[in-house]
Amino acid sequence: MNSAAASAGATMLDVRDLHAWYAESHVLHGMNFDVREGELLTLIGRNGAGKTTTLRSIMGLLKKRTGSIKLRDQQLIGKRTFEIARMGIGYCPEDRAIFSSLSVRENMFLPPVLQSGGMSDDDLFTAFPNLKARAGSQGTKLSGGEQQMLAIARILRTGSRLLLLDEPSEGLAPVVVKEIGELIKRLKQQGFTIILVEQNLRFARQVADRHVVVENGKVVDIVTNAELEADMDRLKTYLGV
Amino acid sequence: MFENLSTQLLFGQLLLGLINGSFYAMLSMGLAIIFGLMNVVNFAHGAQYMLGAFVAWLLLNYLGIGYWPALVIAPLVVAVFGMGIERLLLRRLQNLDHLYGLLATYALALVIEGLIRNQYGSTGMPYENPLPGGMNLGFMFVPYYRLWVVAFSLVVCIGTWLVIEHTKLGAYLRAANEKPQIVETFGINVPRMITLTYGFGVGLAALSGVLAAPIYQVSPSMGSNLIIVVFAVVVIGGMGSIAGAAIAGYLLGAIEGLTKVIYPEGSSLVIFLFMIVALYLRPGGLISAKESN
Amino acid sequence: MNRTLVLVLGVVVAALALIAPFYLYPVMLMTIMCFVIFACSFNLLLGYTGLLCFGHAMFFGGSAYFTGYLLKTTWLSTELAILAGAAASGVLGLFIGSLSIKRTGIQFAMITLAFSQFVFFILLQSAFTGGEDGMQGIPRNPLLGFIEVRDNTTYYFFILTLTVLLVLLYYRVIHSPFGEVLRAVRDNEQRVESLGFRPERVKLIAFVISASMAGMAGGMKATVYQFATLTDASWAVSGEVIVMTLLGGLGTLTGPIFGAGIIIWLNEQLAGFGEWALITQGIILLVVLVFFRRGFVGELGALWRFVARRSGKTA
Repeated sequence: MNSAAASAGATMLDVRDLHAWYAESHVLHGMNFDVREGELLTLIGRNGAGKTTTLRSIMGLLKKRTGSIKLRDQQLIGKRTFEIARMGIGYCPEDRAIFSSLSVRENMFLPPVLQSGGMSDDDLFTAFPNLKARAGSQGTKLSGGEQQMLAIARILRTGSRLLLLDEPSEGLAPVVVKEIGELIKRLKQQGFTIILVEQNLRFARQVADRHVVVENGKVVDIVTNAELEADMDRLKTYLGV
Repeated sequence: MFENLSTQLLFGQLLLGLINGSFYAMLSMGLAIIFGLMNVVNFAHGAQYMLGAFVAWLLLNYLGIGYWPALVIAPLVVAVFGMGIERLLLRRLQNLDHLYGLLATYALALVIEGLIRNQYGSTGMPYENPLPGGMNLGFMFVPYYRLWVVAFSLVVCIGTWLVIEHTKLGAYLRAANEKPQIVETFGINVPRMITLTYGFGVGLAALSGVLAAPIYQVSPSMGSNLIIVVFAVVVIGGMGSIAGAAIAGYLLGAIEGLTKVIYPEGSSLVIFLFMIVALYLRPGGLISAKESN
Repeated sequence: MNRTLVLVLGVVVAALALIAPFYLYPVMLMTIMCFVIFACSFNLLLGYTGLLCFGHAMFFGGSAYFTGYLLKTTWLSTELAILAGAAASGVLGLFIGSLSIKRTGIQFAMITLAFSQFVFFILLQSAFTGGEDGMQGIPRNPLLGFIEVRDNTTYYFFILTLTVLLVLLYYRVIHSPFGEVLRAVRDNEQRVESLGFRPERVKLIAFVISASMAGMAGGMKATVYQFATLTDASWAVSGEVIVMTLLGGLGTLTGPIFGAGIIIWLNEQLAGFGEWALITQGIILLVVLVFFRRGFVGELGALWRFVARRSGKTA
């Protein structure tokens, strides 16, 4: 039902024939997928398949890329990272990128408000009471889970409606993974469109509408969450588990 | 009588040392700020300091604009020049080894100093003291202008530190020092921030130059001799730390002044000696955390 | 084909070198050769080991004074005095290197610059150097005790011999297993360490070799000009050798030779025009850094390979 609702939404992000390079090495070989308004899409695949690179290409962190990435009909290729961000994309990187020379509060409120509709400072602290309690301490002194929360929380401030989350569950204890899962579900209910890079299939199926399977820099399959059960064996071979 | 004289000498030299220290502090602070964001050791810092003094001198002699307006105008002029340099030159080198930035700014210093020397000769030119006179403290005579330099530089250094450590603007700067790409994904125009930061550091150097103009003669080589001492100060104080750079600047200036009383021949060596001792005591690196990133 | 080309080139260069002093000012030629050695020593560090020593003039100028002092006060023959200057520079290099070699990149550059300024002030204040006036009247004591070399053309051939020997030695070092280790340290220090070498030790040895070689060049220059000045130990000369090496081509054998030749020639040409020599150096360095990072020889080599590949494809 979820997926049916999502497919009804307008296209939020449309990626066509995306190629990207790290220096000389060609890492994405023509990616094709789209995300609809309010949808939660996962990119799944093995290590090194190109999932993180896809997010980095969308953000313009890889300078050399060709093809087309359209955010509601606006072309992102050729734009610089900060311009892409201002068009309404929030990015939470794999390593969480918490700043050690900034306090938790400074980390949280660093991203500027880019458009209306973002969470206010008070809302953020209400939503993340743990972070409020530790607002004065150094950002990197937080636990892994808290750092992950902080990394997601701070991009909610900007008002961006499309969030790119890179493996938020990685390296966290099961209890914390569950918490992150709850958070992501809540974000989806609030109408955020989310692209989630994930290797943890169990985690992914709890939250996602569709799964994009990435292998060797290409999209090899797209499965709705409803079809997931039936296609489990095939997916497991993609993931190598 | 003799007792009195040596006290006077001691405090006189200490004050002179603090004056030098003020320049060391402001210059090394600018270097640290630039290095923090751009990973460029700005060799042109000395030339930009000299340019500050020169612009003040030109303003006075060609346009009749005096010291106080020059204190604002000259740093702005030199900062704009610096931002042009960043856009046209340093930006092209930013993805290369950090040594390229050092070498490019060195080349720039050669060109700037050479052109000024060609135009105005090597001899120093005096700049009138805007605050003549002074006060007698009993044990020593303190010229007002020197007092002004020390006080003003303290205000500048503490102000800069406060802005960087305790404001939103400073948080952006600190964050961009660590992970510029991530800051850019928040929608912040980091390239422009780099340009402005370089301009600020360069402006700080020019401001020191204007402050120095009435004390020292305005000459093309006033910066190139100073900058190497400032490098040693920065090595001792730690490039990663803005406060460390400033504090080391004042302290080493004072120590240098004291050395002039005790052993005058050693005064030009003492900062370098401190650097050697610092290297010996902390061979692992004073700031390597930043560089190894 | 390639080998014969090298041979022919070698013969031509040798012939030119032998007749040059009769057509060109021998002192300028000798200066070029001193700076060729100096630039090679610098290239050993930056080009092959990846260390930017921004105070290399301390070895050059320090040794110029030391060699001069020996020649003025003892009966030591000129070649021995130059060797002693090189040895003294090596000792200085060992001392400074052991204090600074752990620092990498930018820090190493700044520290060596500060050290060179320290050495500069010591030279400025020591009695034996003659302070700001420099050390005048350095004699060229007879080679081996009996070969007179007061005449510049005669001395040219001694300096030429010495330069050829040193460049050959330098070539041997770079193409020895030790040279391989140096390049490995430059490219990937961790890997070298994992292979059981001690990168810091390797770098220190390179630093000492380079310092001695720079000292040799400084001693040679002191005997050519028969005086030593503070300029030889100043940061300006440290910068000059950087320009020479980068202009010629970092990490190439012949690059520094070209670079030294071009810069010294330019200095001669621009000597009467105020600061244009320095300004030109600055501009050359900027152009090289922004547009031709491989330097003269490096770009030429790249062009050669490009042409060879193109003609190989069409053939």
